[in-house]
Amino acid sequence: MEDTPLQVSSDETPAPPTASISQVLIGSAKRAVLQVQEYSYLAAQSITNVFSGPHYFQDTLDQMDQIGVGSLPIVLLTGFFIGAVMVLQTASQFVRFGQTSLTGDAVSLALVRELGPTLTSLLVTGRCASGIASELGSMLVTEQVDAMRAMGTDPSRKLVTPRVVATILVLPLLTAISDFIGLVGGCVAAVFSLRLGVVQFWTRAIDALDFADIMQGMMKPLIFGFILATVGCYKGLTVRGGTQGVGRSTTQAVVVSSVMIIVADTFLTKLALYLADKVF
Amino acid sequence: MEATVSFRNVRLGFDEGDIVRGLSFEVFPKETLVLLGETGTGKTLSLKMAAGLLKPQEGDVKVLGRHISEMEEKELLDFRREIGFVFQEGALFDSMTVEENVAFRLREEKVAEEEIAPKVKEALRFVELEHAIDLVPSELSGGMKRRASIARALITRPPIVLYDSPTAGLDPVTSQTIIALILRLRDIYGVTALLATHRLQDGFALANFHFDIVKNRVLPNSHKPRGRESDGEESSTRFAVLRDGKVFFEGTPEELVAAKDPYLKRFLV
Repeated sequence: MEDTPLQVSSDETPAPPTASISQVLIGSAKRAVLQVQEYSYLAAQSITNVFSGPHYFQDTLDQMDQIGVGSLPIVLLTGFFIGAVMVLQTASQFVRFGQTSLTGDAVSLALVRELGPTLTSLLVTGRCASGIASELGSMLVTEQVDAMRAMGTDPSRKLVTPRVVATILVLPLLTAISDFIGLVGGCVAAVFSLRLGVVQFWTRAIDALDFADIMQGMMKPLIFGFILATVGCYKGLTVRGGTQGVGRSTTQAVVVSSVMIIVADTFLTKLALYLADKVF
Repeated sequence: MEATVSFRNVRLGFDEGDIVRGLSFEVFPKETLVLLGETGTGKTLSLKMAAGLLKPQEGDVKVLGRHISEMEEKELLDFRREIGFVFQEGALFDSMTVEENVAFRLREEKVAEEEIAPKVKEALRFVELEHAIDLVPSELSGGMKRRASIARALITRPPIVLYDSPTAGLDPVTSQTIIALILRLRDIYGVTALLATHRLQDGFALANFHFDIVKNRVLPNSHKPRGRESDGEESSTRFAVLRDGKVFFEGTPEELVAAKDPYLKRFLV
């Protein structure tokens, strides 16, 4: 029977061919390799774009405002209380040996070397990797990215590089602020809970740090910023499946970049300790 | 006469299979080719290939004398500045105002701000959207978004404009407004157009009406000669009906109306 606009064919749809387990596994492996390849290309492009025009300084400044200034309240709040908690936890052990004065050393080292960079990066990841992925994903599904390309603008230059550069620049600053506020929180806890003097706490906290510790604490957020921004951009620009896909990509952006940051932290710590021994 | 747009045996597919299967057609200067077809026949993909947004897996796409299917993305970015693209839903940048959207391409080309303002106003006056210059896309109706999108496409006076279902989802009155704009763009600026749609009435409106510059209104053009053969300087409209990823029928509106094929007749109901 001839199809008409209001009728559907009565022919039965043939059953799709079933795939074997090995075909499914090979297909998954190929997709995973393709994703790694696409991510690596985008990440490399985001950096190489910096060395050739056109540059989008205003977009970079806007992103620095959104990512940096926008993240400041949560970084300040969590930094303060993490410092305070660190003092309370370490003091509960030091008090057994009558060495509560060492609290400043422990908190200072832990914050500057590890907790400051990692927790700040994870907080910014939760806030910004998701924001980047959802913003770019929404632009993709509403064809705004195609519209940009159709007008002769490279989305990797206009959308990706400003976000990556802005994140790399502001994350070390946020980490430094978080470290300082963490020490302030630790100081408040030490003064009111352990009856330590303010000068005693700050003297020990500052004396405990050397150049290698600062380097370690400032090197990590550079890498973490690169990871969270590139993963957020990649997940946003590879959204599939409309608005539902945007939600899925947003979640994946946070999960993947958080895991990558923690894994990278392990290797960066090992590298920093090696450099501290051999170089500094 | 060399074609402005030329597709030769173009094939494009995805994981689900081939969508475009050996597509071939040509669009000549000042001509409007209406790509007519059901959903999923490859109309939008054809437009995106014509703009170099997608690369065909086989075949050749030639636009404005350049083989764009062989060009690198960097070259394509420069090439795309010479074409206008009106997306199905407008695809306006939702974080920017109408003025910023329309001026986007000029600012990318580093045009001086004092030159941008009059050009943007002229483009918005053309689409009768001057009053919405400071609004953001979320404050615009569907028809206003399409008009803003047309203003954005014409700001650099491109010689060719690609329209992806410009009236989809609009009420009949607003659809007429959009078609009138496309007519004005064609008849005032003489642009070559490739228009994808599933609405036959859009194609017939483009074929049967013209914009009279003297009277400043859209008029029937039954008295005017049709077909590119009749007069190289006159704009003309042809149809290309797509089915299963290739051209099933190509011809003038009269030939389409006279067609006996049952599939074509479905569009004429």
